[in-house]
Amino acid sequence: MAENLIDIRELKKYYPVHGGIFKRHIADIKAVDGVDLKIEKGECLGLVGESGCGKTTLGKTILRLHGATSGRIYFGQSEDIIERIESLLKSENPEERQEGEKLLRQHDLTRLSRKNLLPLRKKIQIVFQDPSNSLNPRMLVKAIIAEPLIAQRLMSGKDIEKRVLELLYTVGLAKEHMMRYPHEFSGGQRQRIAIARALATYPEFILMDEPTSALDVSVQAQILNLLKKLQDEFKLTYLFVTHHLLVVKHISNRIAVMYLGKMAELGPTAEIFDKPLHPYTKALLSAIPIPDPKTKMEKIILSGDVPNPINPPSGCRFHPRCKYAKDICREVEPKLEVAEGRHQVACHRWKEIS
Amino acid sequence: MALHTAEDTIKERNVAIHPRLQEFTFSAKRFLKNPLTIIGLVIILSFAMIALFAPLIAPPQNADPYRIPHTGWKMAPSPPSAEHPLGTLEQQYDIFYGIIWGTRLAFKIGVVVVAVNLIIGIILGSVAGYFGGITDEIIMRITDMFYAIPFLVMAMALVVALGRGLKAVIITLIILGWPTYTRVIRGEILVLRDRDFVLAARASGASHLRIIFKHILPNSIYSVLIIASMNVGTIVLTAAALSFLGLGSETGYADWGQMVSMSRNWIVGPADNRLAFWYVVIIPGLVIALFVLGWNLLGDAARDVFDPKMRRR
Repeated sequence: MAENLIDIRELKKYYPVHGGIFKRHIADIKAVDGVDLKIEKGECLGLVGESGCGKTTLGKTILRLHGATSGRIYFGQSEDIIERIESLLKSENPEERQEGEKLLRQHDLTRLSRKNLLPLRKKIQIVFQDPSNSLNPRMLVKAIIAEPLIAQRLMSGKDIEKRVLELLYTVGLAKEHMMRYPHEFSGGQRQRIAIARALATYPEFILMDEPTSALDVSVQAQILNLLKKLQDEFKLTYLFVTHHLLVVKHISNRIAVMYLGKMAELGPTAEIFDKPLHPYTKALLSAIPIPDPKTKMEKIILSGDVPNPINPPSGCRFHPRCKYAKDICREVEPKLEVAEGRHQVACHRWKEIS
Repeated sequence: MALHTAEDTIKERNVAIHPRLQEFTFSAKRFLKNPLTIIGLVIILSFAMIALFAPLIAPPQNADPYRIPHTGWKMAPSPPSAEHPLGTLEQQYDIFYGIIWGTRLAFKIGVVVVAVNLIIGIILGSVAGYFGGITDEIIMRITDMFYAIPFLVMAMALVVALGRGLKAVIITLIILGWPTYTRVIRGEILVLRDRDFVLAARASGASHLRIIFKHILPNSIYSVLIIASMNVGTIVLTAAALSFLGLGSETGYADWGQMVSMSRNWIVGPADNRLAFWYVVIIPGLVIALFVLGWNLLGDAARDVFDPKMRRR
């Protein structure tokens, strides 16, 4: 089995809602509500789900752009240490639990101090959705790409210039692009600049936050192929957040489907596409348009909207929109269970409905 | 004029001007397109020249150059003559001398007050907007307090409390001026704080200071610079108002507001010639108006050039 680069345990991210005259804390938006996820070294894990299901929040929590409410994220930690900490935390003995908490402060990404976090910033990077938003409009391309190197004091002077040039070539741009402002570029070129910045510090993991959604269709394919090429070349690990299923099919080894802050289904790309088990995944897949007017396909149209994440439905979160829902779905929350091999699903009735 | 084509752009690149300079020339060209801008620029530059060469234009005759020399104690102002090109105020204070040295004083007051306000405003606004939470709450409630009390009433009370005089006026204007800048900067930072390029900087490991100074302020500072340039005029106007009310400089000081104040009794002439003393009010008043107008035109022009919404993308 492949080694895990990132191991997420019971991660929760709540956004407090304040109300009343005294701005009391009245509720929480449960953007991510208890997610367990392992990302293997060198894979591209596609994270899909509809708008507002928490997929971007999950990604940004890994980057510590948002602080987690609770849960652990282990980045590049060995299996032994993770297991030891986890067992200490579950221990009955309060002293052992304290010991576990102490270890967490050094090994858990969500609890690292600013100083200890900085070396990790080198290894974890991000490419945003809209490059016209993610590049500082008042900085030259050279300064934008060099920013991680300068901010972390990794290089100086001539070395930076050499590295920037190298990165520009890597992403398919040229030397004369170095001394220009972002507004002088097209969308695809801007995204290339953003990718070059993400590569600057030789990262191990890059969060792709819908990197192709803001681009023209013709450019999307170019960028996707570039990302694939870079992954092979630099042995990168991607978490590819998107709501575009065909993009994910093209680039991912595995797919994770999220619904309302919870993991619904997880498995190798081919299996998810051939044999989706969760009713929500089935609905998602049936919504992919097929470029052939003669094909007749059963479309599963979901009724209603995504429920309010402040007050999610009891039991299985999908039950109000699920046509297979039974009493058990309304009462008991399904756990993510292994269906076969590496395919996991969180549904009480997956056996009956497949 | 020929259209600016892509080839021209390439030619410009081959000349190899630094892109920052190019950006600057682009802004400067847009800046100078508007005739009103040029008027504003001419007004302010003329005033700046006058302030700079004041000792040459009107050689000082007292130990303190800001004291207007006066010849005699005659109460009624004298009309323009060879000796006094713009006439005199009551007690024969030379108007020409007062205007020239008053320009220097106006720049001093305007620039010092606005510069200090800008610095305080940028620091407090950045802290409040960027860090949020309780710090934000405290700073913003303090600025609210300033807005709750009428400006001139507060200014008069403060000047009196600080012991009158020009120094007191300057300190008062500094104390009362910063909340505007703080508010604007805070608002701008709130907008930018969660933009993707700031998040990207955080993911790159940039420190808070670096994010504020390299990523946020360069994108938000223009709005306060515009306000600042307009405020230089306003501040001078307020200082003049305080002087007019008798709270600023003392009698005979080369301060436009003080000069208008000294003309208070001579606005209307004797019964047979109502406009006999027109020069005592019109001249200092006109100069104040011109100064304020110049800065306003400049501020307007700056907005047209620097406002990101009106800029090319």
